[in-house]
Amino acid sequence: MSAAHDNTREYVTLSIGSQTFGVSVTDIQDVFAVHSITPVPLSRPEIAGVLNLRGRIVTAIDARSRLGLAPREDHVRAAMAVGVERNGEAFGLIIDSVGEVLKLASNTFEPNPINLDPRWAVVSRGVHRLKERLLVILDIDRMLDLGQTAQAA
Amino acid sequence: MDDLLSEFLTETAESLEVIDSELVRFEQDPNDQETLNAIFRLVHTIKGTCGFLGLPRLEAVAHAGETLLGKFRDRELPVTADAVTLVLEAIDRIKEILQGLEAAGAEPSGHDRPLIARLEAAACGGMESAAPAAHQAATPVKVASKPEPAAPIQSAVLGEPKSREEAEALGIRWDADLGRALRPGEVSLAELEAAFQSAVGPGANLPGVSSAVPAADTGEEEDFARGARSSESAIASQTIRVTVDVLENLMTTVSELVLTRNQLLQMVRQLDDSEFKAPLQRLSNITAELQDAVMKTRMQPIGNAWKKLPRIVRDAAHDLKKKIELRMEGEQTELDRQVLELIKDPLTHMIRNSCDHGLESAADRAAKGKPETGVINLRAYHEGGHIIIQIADDGAGLNTVRIREKIISQGLASHADAMAMTDAQIHRHIFAPGFSTAAQVTNMSGRGVGMDVVRTNVEAIGGTIDLTSAPNRGTTFTIKIPLTLAIVSALIVGARKSRFAVPQSSVVELVRTGKGCQHQVETINNTKVLRLRDRLLPLVELADVLGLGGAAQRGTSFVIVMQAGGQQFGMVVDDVFDTEEIVVKPLSSLLRDLRMLSGATILGDGTVIMIVDPNGVSQNVGALAGDALREEQAAAASAQSQERQSLLLFRAGGPEPKAVPLSLVTRLEEIPVSQIERADGRLVLQYRGKLMPITCAAPDGEIRTEGKQPILVFTQGRKLMGLAVDEIVDIVYERLEFGLTSERPGLLGTAVLKGAATDVLDTAHFLRLADPSWFRDEPAQQAMVRTRALLIDPNPFFRSMLQPLLMAAGYDVEAVEGPEAAQKLIAAGIQFDVMLTDSETEAEVAKLTSADPRLAECPRLVLTNDAPSGAVSAVAKTDRLALIAALDTMMSQQGAAA
Repeated sequence: MSAAHDNTREYVTLSIGSQTFGVSVTDIQDVFAVHSITPVPLSRPEIAGVLNLRGRIVTAIDARSRLGLAPREDHVRAAMAVGVERNGEAFGLIIDSVGEVLKLASNTFEPNPINLDPRWAVVSRGVHRLKERLLVILDIDRMLDLGQTAQAA
Repeated sequence: MDDLLSEFLTETAESLEVIDSELVRFEQDPNDQETLNAIFRLVHTIKGTCGFLGLPRLEAVAHAGETLLGKFRDRELPVTADAVTLVLEAIDRIKEILQGLEAAGAEPSGHDRPLIARLEAAACGGMESAAPAAHQAATPVKVASKPEPAAPIQSAVLGEPKSREEAEALGIRWDADLGRALRPGEVSLAELEAAFQSAVGPGANLPGVSSAVPAADTGEEEDFARGARSSESAIASQTIRVTVDVLENLMTTVSELVLTRNQLLQMVRQLDDSEFKAPLQRLSNITAELQDAVMKTRMQPIGNAWKKLPRIVRDAAHDLKKKIELRMEGEQTELDRQVLELIKDPLTHMIRNSCDHGLESAADRAAKGKPETGVINLRAYHEGGHIIIQIADDGAGLNTVRIREKIISQGLASHADAMAMTDAQIHRHIFAPGFSTAAQVTNMSGRGVGMDVVRTNVEAIGGTIDLTSAPNRGTTFTIKIPLTLAIVSALIVGARKSRFAVPQSSVVELVRTGKGCQHQVETINNTKVLRLRDRLLPLVELADVLGLGGAAQRGTSFVIVMQAGGQQFGMVVDDVFDTEEIVVKPLSSLLRDLRMLSGATILGDGTVIMIVDPNGVSQNVGALAGDALREEQAAAASAQSQERQSLLLFRAGGPEPKAVPLSLVTRLEEIPVSQIERADGRLVLQYRGKLMPITCAAPDGEIRTEGKQPILVFTQGRKLMGLAVDEIVDIVYERLEFGLTSERPGLLGTAVLKGAATDVLDTAHFLRLADPSWFRDEPAQQAMVRTRALLIDPNPFFRSMLQPLLMAAGYDVEAVEGPEAAQKLIAAGIQFDVMLTDSETEAEVAKLTSADPRLAECPRLVLTNDAPSGAVSAVAKTDRLALIAALDTMMSQQGAAA
């Protein structure tokens, strides 16, 4: 019984572009719809802006931009975001939509294929082979780490 | 950690700060019995509590210090500087132990024996002539033991017996409770305890006190302690200790409440007649009161940040062998705790600076006919929503000559610029990074991380710093900081489609400009200015500063006159909406390096907007103003010397020298070859957090294979390019006279520089090689249709120099030699969006245009061979960046008007 517990993990599935990703449920705080977002002038392109989430200012990072994908074109449905807290600061990762919660065993998991785009490889922990699709497991910390020095100049 | 222990730590930390300053005061006035009593009481309390908590190291040190202080108090010992130094040393040791205690929860290991021995020696030193038992005799509590013989004074100096056996062998009594031998004049704890138990002393009235103060060894001290305790308890019943976290939390909650109230107010404002109005007004008032009250809990007198200063000044005076007096005024001036914490270090640094650099030695002062003792005046007072802190010394003043030399030697300004600066401008350079004029690096300052750190810290909290200095009269620094950082009054402005908050504290006034307004924005060589009363105000456009792009929607705009970063300037915005009290929320770490923005806030309607940092913007103006100034001066200089300019000479791909105008080069670097990488078929370098493409100046395009590669760095906005050369040779300041022009790409022509034929590189060519989009700046991108320009210049060289340059900047260019040729083209039906004419042919062209309606509308840019003279918007041909910038602006204005 305990062995089974040790081997399964719960993931929230997210879709970004045409790909489905998984994020460990323990990594995220909440999921919310993004209604209005204030762009931050002069900030890095991956930063979509800041938004007000229940009185807190959340720095929103555009997952598409982070993964080198084209910007979202669906302007009808509001984008979704997963809320994360790091070092007392609130971040939101803007994604296309949120799917379901899956319990996955470790026997379907394998490390990143070596030919994965380096931009993806740094933020991916590995891949779960599901029956009908592949689930790329996102490392939220890596997604949020845009490199502190890049704007220093 | 134990509650008791943490309480003790907080309390003791506070006491120690007081002791520091009190001791210094005491040293100056040894007859001040009251101060001494206060010090004594504090040390005594520390010692007593230590014993209670079982902290033997602390107790031992405190005890030894107290003994020495006791001698002062009883006038058995004269108060000497050395003795005070010794006591201060003991205080420092106590602090050290406390720090360890705080970190680890237990006393750190270490040896205090030598210090204690010295303290005791000092205490005993005064006893030799006095009766050995004088101290003891004063006690009303009759301790049932005889005074110890005063014999082993030396043993105290040489080290104490380590064990009972050793002690007994020496004839000294051993105390098992203390775990050490008893010192002259000391009784064992057990005996003392017994005496307390049996005596009808003050302890009888205060049950439990006697055990709480186990180490009290005279009744007089007991009285002290009791007196202190009763007055303390009176205060204690009126104050409670609350952790800062609780206050911070309260503050955040109140901030949220303020926001919610604002939201409600906004909603109700839209209703004409609402029953909510009256109660909401009341809620609003109460919220405001609550906000005030909470703010008050965060306020602390600035004196708290000054407590350490007397000690620092004393030690500095001691080390530097100067005589310094610190006068403090306005210690009660209150400001936000957070601000207080942030200015503590800068203040300390500045006081040290004043001691070290500001004030002269006693001998020097005497020679100048000044009093030997130098005075540092520290003053704080409120002014508006700010607190002003002044640090004034009556020293030698800043050494203008030396700073000027330093400015030149550090390359912060050219020789000519530095010579033209006023004294005040020169003085301000001490705030430049890495600037230190100290001839020698001393213990306390002169390490080159001085005033710029102070300035950075002050500006980080929205403050400003300025100075005035007069030779031999001294230097005065003035720091202006906001009282609080949490809630500020802000002006909500609009730039393009976004709203921004501008802290009201930096706003001086608002001016409306544009069509039908009294004020108009004017331009001088592409620099915007505003005529305001009897002076010109430099302007920056907020949208430009923030890189928002796009053009203003309407003909009118607002100029916010701001005072920040030591200068006044105007910030052009499209709209001004409202003033609002906003709660400043810090930006996340990912956004913290944006200098133009200081935070974000949530408005009444729930939207998040960014707060503009006036200091960041002012630096932008400064850069612009500096450029304009340099251009002016360069122009003036070139007028005198016929287009002389600074050229960088280097070698690349051959022994013959090559040159580029120095004004185009941002930086010279030598980079280890190993750091240069290859990507996408070209050379790149990770430079200051960005990827910089590298092109080779040599035609064969090879960089070095080992060692260091010299690189010229070109920047424009966010774009970077490195030009690899073989060797940097020299910088010359000469007239650039092309002997030969070149058809070869990448070469403008050949000129004689320093007597040698030198190829002058076409920088534009290399910039394009590195980054094809280099010249496609925003204005050019906007104009998807290429703008057609007509260049009229009789000089073929300039035609061939300017044509590719303009084309690179996104213009289609027809170059002709004179008005006749131009007329032919126009007659042929070619339409031009802009004309560039040489100043010499300008008059003829003007005739032509006034005759031809097709040309009357066409804007003209006048180009000159030398400095811009009286002609409106005249640009020097040789200054390609200014030329392109002027053209772009002209076109974008044209576009906006159309």
